[in-house]
Amino acid sequence: MSVTNDRPRHFVDTEPFDPNREAPPDPDRERYFQASQWRIVWWKFKRHKIAVVAGFVLLVFYMAVPFAEIIAPYGANQRHNDYLYAPPQAIHLFDKGRFVGPHVEGYLAEIDMDTLSWKYRPDPGSVQPIRFLCLGDPYEFWGLIPGRFHLFCPAKGGTLFLLGTDRLGRDVFSGLVYGARLSLTIGIIGVAISIVLGMFFGGIAGYFGGFVDSAVNRIIEILRCIPELPLWMALSAALPVTWSPIWIYFGITVILGMLDWPGLARAVRSKLLSLREEDYARAAVLMGAKPKRIIGKHLLPGFTSHLVASATLAIPNMILGETALSFLNLGLSRPAVSWGVLLNEAQNITIVTVYPWLMAPVIPVIIVVLAFNFLGDGLRDAADPYKT
Amino acid sequence: MLVYSLRRIAGMVPTLLVISFLVFFVIELPPGDYLSNQIAQLKAQGEASSVAKLEFLRHEFALDEPFWKRYLIWIGAWPGPHGFSGLLQGDWGWSFEFARPVEEVVGPTLLLTVILNFTTVLFVYIVSFPIGIYSATRQYSWGDYGFTLIGYIGLATPNFLLGLIMLYLSNRWFGLSVGGLMAPEFIGQPWSVDKVLSVLAHLIIPTIVIGTSGTAGMIRRLRANLLDELHKQYVTTARAKGLAEAKLLVKYPMRMALNPFIADIGNIIPSLVSGSVIVSVVLNLPTVGPILLTSLQSQDQFLAGFIILFVSILTLVGMLISDLLLAVVDPRIRLGAEAGR
Repeated sequence: MSVTNDRPRHFVDTEPFDPNREAPPDPDRERYFQASQWRIVWWKFKRHKIAVVAGFVLLVFYMAVPFAEIIAPYGANQRHNDYLYAPPQAIHLFDKGRFVGPHVEGYLAEIDMDTLSWKYRPDPGSVQPIRFLCLGDPYEFWGLIPGRFHLFCPAKGGTLFLLGTDRLGRDVFSGLVYGARLSLTIGIIGVAISIVLGMFFGGIAGYFGGFVDSAVNRIIEILRCIPELPLWMALSAALPVTWSPIWIYFGITVILGMLDWPGLARAVRSKLLSLREEDYARAAVLMGAKPKRIIGKHLLPGFTSHLVASATLAIPNMILGETALSFLNLGLSRPAVSWGVLLNEAQNITIVTVYPWLMAPVIPVIIVVLAFNFLGDGLRDAADPYKT
Repeated sequence: MLVYSLRRIAGMVPTLLVISFLVFFVIELPPGDYLSNQIAQLKAQGEASSVAKLEFLRHEFALDEPFWKRYLIWIGAWPGPHGFSGLLQGDWGWSFEFARPVEEVVGPTLLLTVILNFTTVLFVYIVSFPIGIYSATRQYSWGDYGFTLIGYIGLATPNFLLGLIMLYLSNRWFGLSVGGLMAPEFIGQPWSVDKVLSVLAHLIIPTIVIGTSGTAGMIRRLRANLLDELHKQYVTTARAKGLAEAKLLVKYPMRMALNPFIADIGNIIPSLVSGSVIVSVVLNLPTVGPILLTSLQSQDQFLAGFIILFVSILTLVGMLISDLLLAVVDPRIRLGAEAGR
């Protein structure tokens, strides 16, 4: 067959193709093209300023988890029988116009003859400088290693109740620090459980489709119809009273995690449904890969970032759930200390009006939940790094 | 429309069955039951005479039957010691803790529970709708930022803590207690205009407390939906043709954004009902919340089971209403259902 002359002949350049011919290489763009997915996610996340701040705030809060003993000046269940319902001591820098460094003023105690209870007010005469990096109350680090080192402690013979004390003279601030250990980890462990469940159910629903899909969807729908809290309440009421605090803690986490997976399963399913249609997934099927390998090796990495974002947004729900249960006396109880357990003291309106500092645990709860929400929003925006 | 409604209602039946089973299962999880615990206690005290009576009662309430039989007797699909007498027959069981039928214990609180949840849903709708539209049309204005900030804080503050804070503030500033759902002199009185007004006045704070986080979420989503619509080309076209801004907004993008708005209410109803339970405990409202707490603590199984089932049904009905509303607003849904027939 000969080439007809009325058509121009195809021109084929004999030179090797240079991909940079049209657009000259740009170092910034090259860096972007060569970066891994996670690196791009990180770049995009960094642009979300509020999320970065929220992440930093959470990091600070989570420092209390390993180092609670060192940060708290007192033990969480340590009673000070001379100071029941003592109000918070404010930190001052100057005493009578003279700089003395951070210090608190001691208490003046007097009996209120109307209510027959002790009243405390600050005594400007007694200056109690706060000691830093000092030896104070003995403790057992993680219940194992005995120690006395604290980040800051009260003056010798003085007191340091930054947020006051409760009915038995327990320091509220120290309670908050110790409470962070349980309150903050319960969210993480609970979410870990619900991720496993959500990935399993969402995974099989999204991958197999058909009957499995509709069955899982039905379960999800039904679970979502039930108001969570009453069910949580019933389940935690079912935990045996003879269990030790550690077991109750795990019981509560499992309860929170077990009922919270439908949201995650839904996210996994819808993402899988779309990823399953991608060419690379189909190629893997044609090459004879088993479902387990396709889901685990090819599909999961495609939406891990989404999963992290959804999980971050699910954590506050768990923290609030635990707080609510402990507040209602159905969850953890002393000697275990969580923010909900501390709030349990503030159940009564008369107590709340007379001793408002018992509501202090409300503040870290709100800050942590807000921070997780902002962080989750930032992660969600960054999760799809290739979408502008 | 009728066909769609019927199909939707028929679809609720299996859901209800599964939920009732789940509720019964959860309620029966703790080892033993109210009576066997009492028997153990009496035996420990060496009072053998009343044990026989309690054993008789256990048989009366079919507590000595296997699990599946107890469930069927409870819902009324199996003859109990006194023939068919379960939820299906309108017998809600016996409350051991209060020593009265469940019906008498929860009866007065059911209506108030429904009213409280209904007003909360209304509150969420009424507040979030204008604010969402305002935030979307005046994006990045001070008002928008303000509402976004309030919304975030509303989302983050758990409602029972908000209830506590409200209790404290109202007591501190106005010296009034917000507990209860009516002024004390109306309790136990027949319904009158004054009583209704008193209930309405007492509903305000619980409604705000329960509805805040839901409202915050709704505002956020309505704003996002409306913003999506406002950036579409048909809006630009309408504007280019000189349509007045208000008319343009109401006529087109708002109708599109209304759909997810109505559908969302179905999603937040479970959390609203959850919220009403715990807020009722904090604010001491005469709804099913405080009774549920007592019954769970004393393992009063029939009472607790009934209340959990009741709030679940309340949720289901709320979702049903939201679905039906959606079908009214959106012809695609009701016609789609009929075409699928």
